[in-house]
Amino acid sequence: MITEAVQERETYLNASYGLKSWLLTKDHKRIGLLYLGTITFFFFLGGIFATLIRLELLTPKGDLVSADIYNKLFTLHGVIMIFFFLIPSIPATLGNFFLPMMIGAKDLAFPRINLLSWYLLVIGGCFGIYAMLAGGVDTGWTFYVPYSSTYSNTYVVATGLGIFIAGFSSILTGLNFIVTVHRMRAPGMTWFRMPLFVWANYATALIQVLGTPVLAITLVLLICERSLHIGIFDPARGGDPILFQHLFWFYSHPAVYIMVLPGLGVVSELVSTFSKKPIFGYKFVAFSSVAIAVLGFLVWGHHMFVSGQSVYAGLAFSFLSYFVAIPSAIKVFNWTATLHKGSISYATPMLYAFGFIGLFTIGGLTGLFLACLGVDIHVHDTYFVVAHFHYIMVGGALMAYLGGLHYWWPKMTGRMYPEGFAKLSALTIYLGFNLTFFPQFILGYLGMPRRYWTYPDEFQVLHVMSTAGASVLAVGYVMPLIYFIWSLRYGEIAGPNPWGATGLEWKTASPPPAHNFDETPVVTTEAYDYAALEAANVG
Amino acid sequence: MHEHIDSIKTYAVVFVALLFLTWTTTFVATIDLGPFNVVVALAIAVVKMMLVVLFFMHLRHSTILMKVVIGGGLMWLGILLLFSLADFGTRGWLPVPGK
Amino acid sequence: MLASHTETLALREQFETPAQQKEASSLGMWIFLVTEVMFFSGMFLAYTVYRAAFSQVFSVASNTLNVVIGAVNTSVLICSSFTMVLAVHAAQIGSRKLLILFLILTMLLGGVFLGVKAYEWNQKFEEHHVPGPTFHLDGTTQQGQAQLFFSLYFAMTGVHALHMVVGVGILLTLLIQAFAGRYTAEYNTPIDIAGLYWHFVDIVWIFLFPLLYLIGRHHH
Repeated sequence: MITEAVQERETYLNASYGLKSWLLTKDHKRIGLLYLGTITFFFFLGGIFATLIRLELLTPKGDLVSADIYNKLFTLHGVIMIFFFLIPSIPATLGNFFLPMMIGAKDLAFPRINLLSWYLLVIGGCFGIYAMLAGGVDTGWTFYVPYSSTYSNTYVVATGLGIFIAGFSSILTGLNFIVTVHRMRAPGMTWFRMPLFVWANYATALIQVLGTPVLAITLVLLICERSLHIGIFDPARGGDPILFQHLFWFYSHPAVYIMVLPGLGVVSELVSTFSKKPIFGYKFVAFSSVAIAVLGFLVWGHHMFVSGQSVYAGLAFSFLSYFVAIPSAIKVFNWTATLHKGSISYATPMLYAFGFIGLFTIGGLTGLFLACLGVDIHVHDTYFVVAHFHYIMVGGALMAYLGGLHYWWPKMTGRMYPEGFAKLSALTIYLGFNLTFFPQFILGYLGMPRRYWTYPDEFQVLHVMSTAGASVLAVGYVMPLIYFIWSLRYGEIAGPNPWGATGLEWKTASPPPAHNFDETPVVTTEAYDYAALEAANVG
Repeated sequence: MHEHIDSIKTYAVVFVALLFLTWTTTFVATIDLGPFNVVVALAIAVVKMMLVVLFFMHLRHSTILMKVVIGGGLMWLGILLLFSLADFGTRGWLPVPGK
Repeated sequence: MLASHTETLALREQFETPAQQKEASSLGMWIFLVTEVMFFSGMFLAYTVYRAAFSQVFSVASNTLNVVIGAVNTSVLICSSFTMVLAVHAAQIGSRKLLILFLILTMLLGGVFLGVKAYEWNQKFEEHHVPGPTFHLDGTTQQGQAQLFFSLYFAMTGVHALHMVVGVGILLTLLIQAFAGRYTAEYNTPIDIAGLYWHFVDIVWIFLFPLLYLIGRHHH
């Protein structure tokens, strides 16, 4: 895997050998790679369920799977993709690897807790996989009571325990990031010199720490209700199922921002690097991350407009939901302003960034439709909602994750990926994505409800388009898997800074030494200072 | 960070105050104060919490950052309670079933 | 491991100075306590909603709890917080003997609290006050709502007791390390942050006691 040219130098990859040196590592870079392997596995597992869902929906009749199996398919797709792929995706892999490097630290503040986080994700994943193999779970990823607590005959407890445990992985990662950003910055690395990726991960960490425990206790109460007959949400005893929804969405709405905020951070890095300009309005972009994190906690009731929540609360939640558009728009406008008169190069990561900006904007704007009380009653629980959140989760978070992975791949491995092949895959993913999910907006608007395995004949054309798009998308996702693995051996050797990027992570070797920097860096310039970089290169 | 060591006497005074407040809250609960029973009980609990946080957990000697962390945590607890109760408190205001 | 990065207990390799390490540890613990606040918050919300909706039944149900036992147990926990802070103090002045003494006392008081709790739980089983098919509460026709009170009672005191068990486990680890002479006046951060955790668990009980035991006393 490592050729002679690289072997001359000690890197985090060859500092020690053997399985034990990986499974007991405290190096944030190795833990980042452990996460990368784990979530790649879960991504393709969740992808298998998505494929089966799309295959079933190819025809109006339920001819591939039964209704029961279909319920399990969309539940497992949601649970795996959200809790075991998207939530850990960018923070736990790219964040773990690069956050300490970007602020000039040797490691995270608590390396052993960082390793524990990875084990918790794996253990949680094992519970999830056990539930899947034992017979699955059919409640939907939202686990609404009383169905999940009383009526479902599937493996709710095992799945709930899995998510509970994985939740602590997320909490501990967030805790680690917050303390690291506060206490581990290199000399001269002030708050407003931090790369925007660090700001975004910091804001994400705040949500992880403040929101996830509420999901944890909600799952505990659900599990106790199911297995120990206590009845906190039981309507038969006077309990209120909507209380469950409040507690669930108090976490799960902000969780959307856990998934997408780190992506916004990645895109800031990409836009700056590939247009060779500092981010326009740096402070606004930095604060907009924190604003999204805070506002995200004030809007959860917009998931409950038609569930029996008081209309007055609905009004307040609707009103507040619109405010999330402000910091989101600040980011999009400032990226666009950064591109203006920049020297733009169309490398693969930048293609993903462009894809992100467009798709995130569509996903965000359709979110405003859903935040509107009247419109929501029409499109609630239809494919319009499905399309909306896939534009944010897949068009947004996943595009950014892939963009970031391509961008930092040379730093992580010391090898370049094949550019031509990568561009082809980026294009395939973009086209496949739109073909899959754009028809779903129309489907939803026409009245196709989500979570159904059959549908009236007139919807078939749009469903066939969506399934065809999903096939293209699948091809697009397998390509990076192949060429990334290929590049480990055959990729061109990467220098320390192949993109001409600013940022401390590019000032050390590729792949980096075990302690990131040969000596603790001292920061003297603002973030994205290309003039200083050029001056240093000339000098 | 300069480490501040409190005297045992300070701790002892706080300890006695906590025991006294426990007795007080138990006693006051037997008097009918109407809606104020809850208020008094929670007020005493908050005072006890402040004593523990400021003296036993040394928050009064801690950095501003630690105080922001605690304040932030309590604020988020407030968000959860307030926004949820905004729903439960306004149910049934409209004469429409289920609203 | 690089030779230039030798690690000691007082300074792990990722930190530059002991002060930085100590601040990071306390900050980490305070943030963890915030997550604990949010963890308990779900049950406090459920309690608030149902108490407001079913205050009559909640009063009746609360009055079946033994207030003397509750108050005594609260005092036991406050005593344990006092001995815990004395343990932290002993560590700060570098007295190993006092540290060990106060750690043992804190654990004993924690054990007493848990023992009393177990006795109370056992009573609930005997009195059929455990939610489920055999549940029965005298003095009300609203058996369902009464079950909600006891569901909350068991969830809240159960999660609290679990935190106590974890706390005793942490103290046991510290005690073993203190015997080995690991803690000095210069390095005692683990004692300090374990203290924070212990006091937090005490604070949760400070709220649980009036909310569960005292809400119906004035109707007695």
